[in-house]
Amino acid sequence: MYLLLILGMLLADVYYAGTHVSGREFIDLLNNENIRYSIWLTLISCTISALLSIVVAVPSGYLLSRYGFRGKTLVDAVLDIPIVLPPLVVGLSLLILFNKMPPESWGLGSFEDMIQRVFGEKAGVTYKIPAVILAQFSVSCAFAVRTMRNTFDQISPRTEQVARTLGCSHARAFFSVVVPESWRGISTAGTLAWTRAMGEFGPILVFASTIRGRTEVLSSTVFLEISIGNLEGAVMVSLLMVTLALVVLVAVRVWDKNQQHRILI
Amino acid sequence: MIAVQDLGVRAGDFRLDGISFEIPAGGYGVLMGRTGCGKTTILEAICGLKQVTAGTIRLGDREVTDLPASLRGIGFVPQDGTLFTTMTVRQHLAFGPKVQGWSKGDIDRRVDELAGELGISHLLKRKPYGLSGGERQRVSLGRALAVKPKVICLDEPLSALDENTHAEMTALIRRLVTENGITALHITHSRTEAEAIADRIFLLEEGKLRALDSSEKEKKA
Repeated sequence: MYLLLILGMLLADVYYAGTHVSGREFIDLLNNENIRYSIWLTLISCTISALLSIVVAVPSGYLLSRYGFRGKTLVDAVLDIPIVLPPLVVGLSLLILFNKMPPESWGLGSFEDMIQRVFGEKAGVTYKIPAVILAQFSVSCAFAVRTMRNTFDQISPRTEQVARTLGCSHARAFFSVVVPESWRGISTAGTLAWTRAMGEFGPILVFASTIRGRTEVLSSTVFLEISIGNLEGAVMVSLLMVTLALVVLVAVRVWDKNQQHRILI
Repeated sequence: MIAVQDLGVRAGDFRLDGISFEIPAGGYGVLMGRTGCGKTTILEAICGLKQVTAGTIRLGDREVTDLPASLRGIGFVPQDGTLFTTMTVRQHLAFGPKVQGWSKGDIDRRVDELAGELGISHLLKRKPYGLSGGERQRVSLGRALAVKPKVICLDEPLSALDENTHAEMTALIRRLVTENGITALHITHSRTEAEAIADRIFLLEEGKLRALDSSEKEKKA
């Protein structure tokens, strides 16, 4: 039933686009400077968010999987907050964090002010490209951490213990034994983070805004097109996003299958 | 020699105290006991994989109680082999020597020599996927022996093998350990296996460890 619902939604988009948009209009849409910028920023920001998510998720997932420490249950729960929070709340929280913290009474200015003091007036996060990446990263990283934790849970700690008895330090055992064995989980976490980042909209809307030619990514393009009454354009961009997501998911699965064959046999 | 004196170990709520035993250099000791009685915990403490709360562990003339696992020079053969799924058999045998900085020539010679002794030369290019239980244990044993350790710890290495492979592996382990003058500590819950391979047998019951003398061994056999 669920599969039928997904297929139904996609087919509805395809049907609507097919009956309301000509091929010429689709080409014009792809040639539109704003849409091209939006595609470019989506690809770049999602890739950076996914890479950052992996960099954070691998050690965090490993720590949660292998070590017990005081407050672990709380840390574990906090890491899931971006998954369960309404997206707008994530965006609002980022906005407050960068523009209203630390408290005024400290006399240091906001984090945004500090960044501008260090890197110059033109630098900054809010309503700029870094805000897009940070908004995407805030949510997609939580999914990556969860995936990496599950991955490490499935790898026996015995393998790295054996490596240690053979002379490896903890770090060497991790990189020479655990990382190669967790490669499939890393690729899954990266894909999940990338596609999740592409689908992110709420935090971007609040923290980065949807400024044409500046902070516009494909999800905000859909919003902008709907807000100006261009439902056809919004549907075409939606289909473009579906296609991009499918290409990434299928490519990673094919690569993963080949890699798995090469690694195991 | 493995000499354990008044060892105390903790694993969650489980704890062992006052564990003492000794296996002379070149000896083959077997530690027996029911499942969950703490045999593996003792072995992990000796290998440096579990922190001890009291007592001392000596390997030969070195006290290793506070040394990390990487500096103890113990070969470890875990239950069911625990092979590295992404490495070939050759890479398994070369892993320890490579980590310890041997030259490429020495590594290649050692790998070929060990593979011959273990009868796994034809498997060197294979990965663990699809290896039989006996083959996996041979690779695991080879990986542990590659760096020529003076002490080897085997955690129920034969428990998953069929009867014929079990007998074959018992003879192979015993021969390799004796020929290389290695001191071995082997864990099992099989009395028959212990009788077949051990110089001395230790029994862990209700948190207390004692050596079985020959009359007890005969009676229990």
